[in-house]
Amino acid sequence: MSPLHWLTAAEIRRRVAAREISAEEVTRAHLERINGCEPRVDAFLTVLSDRALAQARRVDAALAQGGPAPALAGVPVVVKDVLDLAGVPTTCGSRILEGYRPPFTATAIDRLEAAGAVILGKANMDEFAMGSSTENSAFKPTRNPWDGDRVPGGSSGGSAAAVAAGMAPLALGSDTGGSIRQPAALCGVVGLKPSYGRISRYGLVAFASSLDQIGPLSRSVEDAALSASVLCGWDPKDATSAQRPVPAWADSLGASAAGLRVGVPWGFLERGIDPGVLARFREALEVLKAAGAQVVEIALPHASHAIATYYIVATAEASSNLARYDGVRYGSRRGGEGSLSQMYGETRDHGFGAEVKRRIILGTFVLSAGYYDAYYLRAQKVRGLIRADFESAFEACDLVATPTTPTPAFRLGEKTSDPLQMYLADIFTVPANLAAIPGLSVPCGLVDGLPVGLQLLGRAFDEATLFRAGHAYEQAADHHLARPPGFA
Amino acid sequence: MAQATVETVERVARLARLSLTAEEKALFASQLDQILAYAQSIQGLALEAATPMSHAATSEIFREDQNTPGLDRSSVLEAAPDAVDGLFRVPKVLG
Repeated sequence: MSPLHWLTAAEIRRRVAAREISAEEVTRAHLERINGCEPRVDAFLTVLSDRALAQARRVDAALAQGGPAPALAGVPVVVKDVLDLAGVPTTCGSRILEGYRPPFTATAIDRLEAAGAVILGKANMDEFAMGSSTENSAFKPTRNPWDGDRVPGGSSGGSAAAVAAGMAPLALGSDTGGSIRQPAALCGVVGLKPSYGRISRYGLVAFASSLDQIGPLSRSVEDAALSASVLCGWDPKDATSAQRPVPAWADSLGASAAGLRVGVPWGFLERGIDPGVLARFREALEVLKAAGAQVVEIALPHASHAIATYYIVATAEASSNLARYDGVRYGSRRGGEGSLSQMYGETRDHGFGAEVKRRIILGTFVLSAGYYDAYYLRAQKVRGLIRADFESAFEACDLVATPTTPTPAFRLGEKTSDPLQMYLADIFTVPANLAAIPGLSVPCGLVDGLPVGLQLLGRAFDEATLFRAGHAYEQAADHHLARPPGFA
Repeated sequence: MAQATVETVERVARLARLSLTAEEKALFASQLDQILAYAQSIQGLALEAATPMSHAATSEIFREDQNTPGLDRSSVLEAAPDAVDGLFRVPKVLG
């Protein structure tokens, strides 16, 4: 039998509901696992042992009284440190939030706990979710469990690495340009960026508000579907959350992809892909065909402009969102003995790391007088064309497939001095955020011993098709069962 | 199209309330220049007829403007670097 730390969320929930194991036992097993593995991975910024055990006991007590087992009863979860949990530090991977303990809890975390999940701790990340390697954390880099000299991807690198190393079956991340899907692919786990508006962002530290989405990372598509049904839904505290029905997605998964038309934008995939990644991608398409899907070629003529568009739109929004870190309302303050503007400048210069400053500079520049029309307004127009590309493509197909990333995990330090190269790691994930559509990354095998992902993109609010195709693929290919060597 | 210089970075940093070191200014100028050169790809597109996508929401939802309780003041002020008498305290603003 599998050790407790390799069980899926669905299996943990089943056993806890049947009273075969207690939520407390499951939580203890994962806390022990964290003790054993964390020194090699550095996935966590905070481990909440006492709080987790108390929550587990509450779940057990409710079940002992004969209450119904909620959807995630006893399931341990790690949350990216971009989400607020009342009374627990939120760092967002930044020094500027030093000492900050939010007085409120993110709706996504509230929903998990209401469904019986147990929050184990908060995961490391690139500062303010800006990065593709988790090396921009102000505290420490996280290591890829498949190769400790390589990055786990980012910005949700701590979440992905924790799930890959068996420290939690489920994690929350946030995805502004690929920050869930890219680390999921590079760590060999499943990652979902839902449609824009699916999950309330109340309590999520804002990076780029027209792009940010919260989503789950897991070791199976079923677990992604199970947790998405808990997380999604309208929230009066987030005006951008959608009033759409939320199906019990995990209940309608099957082994067949019959009748699904999978569009492949070959023109967009021509350049810059590692040959091994391309080989795994072609194999994945064959598996989908064998499961009954039809593969068709589609065009996304403006997708090649997605990175340029993204880094204008996202940084413009970030420069505005990050104006709130002014040393007045929360976090750290520097230069308080001088003038107000001196205090602002010193607080921000000391509190922000290099990538955050770089993006604030770029975002402020593209919004500044004389450059707004040439950069920001043009980027917004190209964004509309990218979304229109997908709308046309979805007339000929039900979902779009690409590799999640152009390469497997790169080495620590390999791209830190070249921001543009780091940005290009997001080439295949960024279009979904610009188009506000959902995206799922599923493990699709190894390249030189390192995992890579198959990305499936769907129509807005059609997560159901992604789960169906992803699950059918996963069950046929079994790549999601591969474990990092050295993490038995 | 403009090239990013140290002066550009200084001007933008002032707008963004960032006081940067000389090294940071030089580094960001060269990196900003490189990123803007990459972003030139969108300058060649014919966009006269295109509508800017200014937000991602699929529908506008209106609600009644009702009073609801906010966060407790003392719990909010606890997170502030400096607070006194139920207020945020900041350095002197007027001379």
